[in-house]
Amino acid sequence: MSDALMQASGLTLRFGAVAALDDVALEIHPGEVVAIVGESGSGKTTLLRVLAGMMAPASGQVLYAGEDVHAMGESARRRLMRSEWGFVHQNPRDGLRLRVSAGGNVGERLMAAGARHYGGIRAEAIEWLKRVEIDPARIDDMPEKFSGGMQQRLQIARTLVTQPKLVFMDEPTGGLDVSVQAKLLDLIRALVAELGLAVLIVTHDIAAARLLAHRILVMRRGQVVEQGLVDRVLDDPQHPYTQLLVSSVLAA
Amino acid sequence: MNAAIRTEHLSKTFTLHLQGGICIPVLQDVELSVAPGECVALAGPSGAGKSTLMRCLYGNYGAGSGHVWVRHAGVEVDITSADARLVRAVRRDTLGYVSQFLRVIPRVSTQDIVAEPLMARGVAKEEARARAAALLARLNLPAALHGLPPATFSGGEQQRVNLARGFAPGYPVLLLDEPTASLDAGNREVVVSLIAEAKRAGTAIIGIFHDTEVRDRVADRLFEVAPIQSAAA
Repeated sequence: MSDALMQASGLTLRFGAVAALDDVALEIHPGEVVAIVGESGSGKTTLLRVLAGMMAPASGQVLYAGEDVHAMGESARRRLMRSEWGFVHQNPRDGLRLRVSAGGNVGERLMAAGARHYGGIRAEAIEWLKRVEIDPARIDDMPEKFSGGMQQRLQIARTLVTQPKLVFMDEPTGGLDVSVQAKLLDLIRALVAELGLAVLIVTHDIAAARLLAHRILVMRRGQVVEQGLVDRVLDDPQHPYTQLLVSSVLAA
Repeated sequence: MNAAIRTEHLSKTFTLHLQGGICIPVLQDVELSVAPGECVALAGPSGAGKSTLMRCLYGNYGAGSGHVWVRHAGVEVDITSADARLVRAVRRDTLGYVSQFLRVIPRVSTQDIVAEPLMARGVAKEEARARAAALLARLNLPAALHGLPPATFSGGEQQRVNLARGFAPGYPVLLLDEPTASLDAGNREVVVSLIAEAKRAGTAIIGIFHDTEVRDRVADRLFEVAPIQSAAA
């Protein structure tokens, strides 16, 4: 459909003998949350990186707002990553500057997007710390002193402060304790709905996918084996691999 | 012609790949049509496929073959083949489903769970929360509980939260899976009157009611769901 924010087709990439992406197509619309699930090595993180322009496919095309992401050149991609896109890394250390204050991490992205007024930037940073439930009194603390969950929430604040249209998330609850995961998931859920963001989220957590996503893609060996409405794919899985994936989850 | 929801040759078979590919046919050639303001109760023994039919109507299960047509914004949409975004729009504006069990979201309060589908339709937050509170109160859920996530609630309390969430938006089509299963007599009466009011407002209702007394009071007719195995035998 023509109102898609991002459209990808025919994506193929091999790592030696391993097919990381095998003819993958995908589209995402404004305000839509799409989860990409599958076990380690299924190609889901590779797909995310190719879509975000961080890695080039051997063949295939990624269009963002009609523009070819891999043909637009490094500086245009960087500009997108600073403005209309956001990327939340599994390890917050990859998305934060640990020796820059919490407020600086948030403000830095605002400045990269053109904000110049110090007082306004600091006020905005305080506002975002509150939104991700970090005590604003910690604004001048270095994130290397923060817990993993706090670092992840700070990374989310840093990513969302510029109000991107499309956010890529790579296992955002990955290395966190279960209790911390629930809080983070709920926070992401609320912010995404409130801001009307389009999100591509890679996760191996089926319950997280159900909670956050509207649509789901199941990947195995570089292929999308099943996709559709999240509750239909999870409650009435058709592909043998999806059935295995769903039936392997322990009910708590 | 003017059905709010109807099925056409709807069939559903489950293929269990992890059990050697065994096929379990559940629905065959189901033809059900419900008009606005009508309440149809699904009848048939346990295991006949009543809940499966409900889930197919909601698009929670895919169909093996056939169609589920829902009148949405003046046009009939086939839930079985519509793309995910259209199904979401139909569920937001037209098609409601009260399942037997509430899916609890950590940290989200009872009042917000009920207000959420209203806000998704564009109702302002304060009004949505006020309507949620009023409906919860009508279902005898004390105000002290409205601010709490329902994770620790009893089965009956959770069911009433689920009912409030399903009835609050006033969907043109409403699916009810055992809406009174865990309720006491007083709350059963509330549900009976909610159903009667929804019918008067033109809602098409399809329900599974094990409580035959409730069923006979709300349903205009029964729709028999026959088990396939015994029908073939």
